Amino acid sequence: MPKSVYADPAELDRLKNICSDVLLEAKKQGADEVEVGLNIGQGLSVNARLGEVETIEHHKDQGLGLTVHIGHKKGSASSSDLKPSSIKSMVTAACSIAKHAEVDKFSGLPDTSLMATNFFDLSLHHPWDISAEQAIDIAIECEDAARTYHDDITNSEGAGIQTFEGLRVFANSHGFMHGYPSSRHSLSCSVIGGRAEGMQRDYWYSSARHANDLESAKDVGEKAAERTLKRLGARAIGTRKCPILFSPDVSGGLIGHFISAIKGGSLYRKSSFLLDSLGKNIFPDFVRIHEQPHLKKAMGSAVCDAEGVATVTRDIVSNGILQGYVLSNYSAKKLGMATTANAGGVRNLTVESGDLDFKGMLQEMNTGLLVTEMMGMGVNALTGDYSRGVAGFWVENGEIQYPVEEVTIAGNLLDMYQSITAIGNDIDLRGNTRCGSILINEMTLAGS
Amino acid sequence: MTDLIQQAESTILQPVGMTVDDIEQVMGGLLSSSIDQADVYFQSSRSESWVLEDGIVKEGNYNIEQGVGLRAVSGEKTGFAYSEELLLPTLLDAAKNVRAIARSGQSGIIKPQQRLIAPVRYQAVDPLESMTQEDKVSLLQSVNRQTRLIDSRVEQVIVSLVGVHETILVASEDGSLNSDVRPLVRMNVSVVVEEKGRREQGSSGGGGRHGYEFFTNDDQAMSYAREAVRLALVNLEAVEAPAGTMTVVLGSGWPGILLHEAIGHGLEGDFNRKGSSAFSNRIGETVASPLCTIVDDGTPENKRGSLTIDDEGVPSQCTTLIENGVLKGYMQDKMNARLMGQKSTGNGRRESYAHLPMPRMTNTYMLAGKDDPGEIVSSVKEGLYAVNFGGGQVDITSGKFVFSASEAYLIKNGKITTPVKGATLIGNGPDVLTKVSMVGNDLAFDSGVGTCGKEGQSVPVGVGQPSLKIDSMTVGGTANA
Repeated sequence: MPKSVYADPAELDRLKNICSDVLLEAKKQGADEVEVGLNIGQGLSVNARLGEVETIEHHKDQGLGLTVHIGHKKGSASSSDLKPSSIKSMVTAACSIAKHAEVDKFSGLPDTSLMATNFFDLSLHHPWDISAEQAIDIAIECEDAARTYHDDITNSEGAGIQTFEGLRVFANSHGFMHGYPSSRHSLSCSVIGGRAEGMQRDYWYSSARHANDLESAKDVGEKAAERTLKRLGARAIGTRKCPILFSPDVSGGLIGHFISAIKGGSLYRKSSFLLDSLGKNIFPDFVRIHEQPHLKKAMGSAVCDAEGVATVTRDIVSNGILQGYVLSNYSAKKLGMATTANAGGVRNLTVESGDLDFKGMLQEMNTGLLVTEMMGMGVNALTGDYSRGVAGFWVENGEIQYPVEEVTIAGNLLDMYQSITAIGNDIDLRGNTRCGSILINEMTLAGS
Repeated sequence: MTDLIQQAESTILQPVGMTVDDIEQVMGGLLSSSIDQADVYFQSSRSESWVLEDGIVKEGNYNIEQGVGLRAVSGEKTGFAYSEELLLPTLLDAAKNVRAIARSGQSGIIKPQQRLIAPVRYQAVDPLESMTQEDKVSLLQSVNRQTRLIDSRVEQVIVSLVGVHETILVASEDGSLNSDVRPLVRMNVSVVVEEKGRREQGSSGGGGRHGYEFFTNDDQAMSYAREAVRLALVNLEAVEAPAGTMTVVLGSGWPGILLHEAIGHGLEGDFNRKGSSAFSNRIGETVASPLCTIVDDGTPENKRGSLTIDDEGVPSQCTTLIENGVLKGYMQDKMNARLMGQKSTGNGRRESYAHLPMPRMTNTYMLAGKDDPGEIVSSVKEGLYAVNFGGGQVDITSGKFVFSASEAYLIKNGKITTPVKGATLIGNGPDVLTKVSMVGNDLAFDSGVGTCGKEGQSVPVGVGQPSLKIDSMTVGGTANA
């Protein structure tokens, strides 16, 4: 395999030098404190449809963002143009904004002592040396597996491969500077079943840091086909109250609303339904939610957050009780607390599972709605009121009966969290939230 | 228009030492005998945002983006590359990669450049320069101060101001060279109110293709503030929304998001060419009540979704999608139009040079009907009156769509009564409009807040509609209906 330029120390030095120049220039223009993030990367994205190549996209990106603080006034600027003259005018623009902004005593860099110092290798960079032709062949194989799976698969949106690798450097005026390369690859397929009067579409994808960790083209295609076929003949059901099982496709979103509500920004703006909830029982006793930022090869791993603060492995919820908020340096100061190294979000959020697999969870629910797809944004972060369009399957006696669509489920997030009765071990490891299916005792379903 | 091309040359090409002749050379590198379509798309965009929170203008951000996207299409196959580096050798290299999509063929013939003239839909102003930094800051401060005076229950005020100045230059395989300078501004006010321990929020905003003076004229900024406070106070009184199927009356303006989700996406050319839309092969069929005529129109002056030309250089137009209930046409970009034997409708849009164009909406709206809005409400015995919405979403294949009400009231015996909490409404695109039994005479557009997402690309759009009565829709509340 040819050596990747993103793993080349000379390239890292080049980016670090640009960052040093930005820091110097900002100081020269009067900034008290500065931080700068620089990303470069490239990728290939191909899509095949109906057995032929449809698109080949060559990506090559670069971007620089900087923030200056002048007397507790803040300004920032960003650009994809890295010419020295452009960087100079970016600094000028950021300083001009800072001079016109108002004094905010909470603004400024995190304390030097919080900066990450241990830059261990998280194994995030595994470039995929693949040509456009090879990628197309895999995509076609994947789509073929889906299209030939069953006669009811009648059309396709295609199968695709995306591969990306890049290098990020972050530096600030405390003298902190850290850069690391990373990669991510994915294989996806989306097919359509049925005829014009009752078509359904579904998809499957696999994603990983290393191409060897991707599911096979055949598996991805077959799963996409299987998921589409299961949805054919979906119908609405009548309005009722019933148990709801959130499949791993959608359970991460449910936990995502919880994380949004305990983020510093939502808390100091008082626009959260979980104000003053530290130490309180938000979930039933058996629930544990923790962050694992140092997992090797995982999608959310990093040694430091977006401000250079060392990330930590920690429990956010244990025994159902909220142990800590999700804070950046700024939001922490606003709340009179310390940063939790979550500038840029949580990392590899993990919801501990119980003993039941997916089948077991269906049996645990017995009769109710299994939700596999969410539509719309009907979540009020301030009140926790929740109302969303869903699709899924009606379940009786622990067995899937038929597909359901054109219904909504509604409730209040706090009530929903407190009425979780089981969490499955059918964990989806593809994203930043690792969560199995979640069973909620009762919600209102609106339908025909 | 020639002026616009000169502006684009001086904004984009001159600073990097390129000329329009160089574009011809890049186009030459893209073309081969089996390439049906190709374009070179230069874009330069500057944007800024300012945010006031906790009574102070806390921060601002300035962004500058510049790059070029190269595309070659052979049949249904597309090759694409882009670069932030505007250097001729880099572009010629990229062109070689892109052209490989056709796999073979000799060089194509370069057509002589033609500069096109399209009617302009907005002035080529630079919003960022339309007001001094001091005035931007004091505008936000004044909105904050006055908003807090509207009602003592206002606890939290967040005001944001965003401006974009974008210049594009697009050359196509047919020799056409076209340019556009697009201003876009947006302001938003959101408030949190508190009474007896209950907190609620309200948010309102608007904008369009103007300079920032749009917000200081006619007390525009404060009209958003008053609306945000009004919404928040209404929410303080809101009770549980009903659950189940009922008659729904939609207000005029922003509720037109219904049309965007239920109808609009399903009528985009790409989905219909591929047969993946619930509307595929249904031109000429009745898909709505005869009271409904729906268009997508990129021409209204200064609207957020309006365009002088689309991102393929095609002048924007007004396209009839549904006429008196009958499906008439799709929204097309050049590629899908060519493959379907139709003409581009000026709907070829892209988020930036780093994204491929595809058929996208501009301003989508329903024409006014004959009914008095008051009579529409009074005709309903029991139902929901929904006047403000958050976002929406559609599955174009199954046709199922949702949109979420953020201000709604129960209708009882023809009267608007208690406000209810936000609820998602769900329906089926191809038949929801067949249930429209009354159409108001009060067509209104939204205030200029819409952003549409498709395949990861965001573009600004507009919607509009008169008041509508839909005989039956599913409302996703929690209360027994």
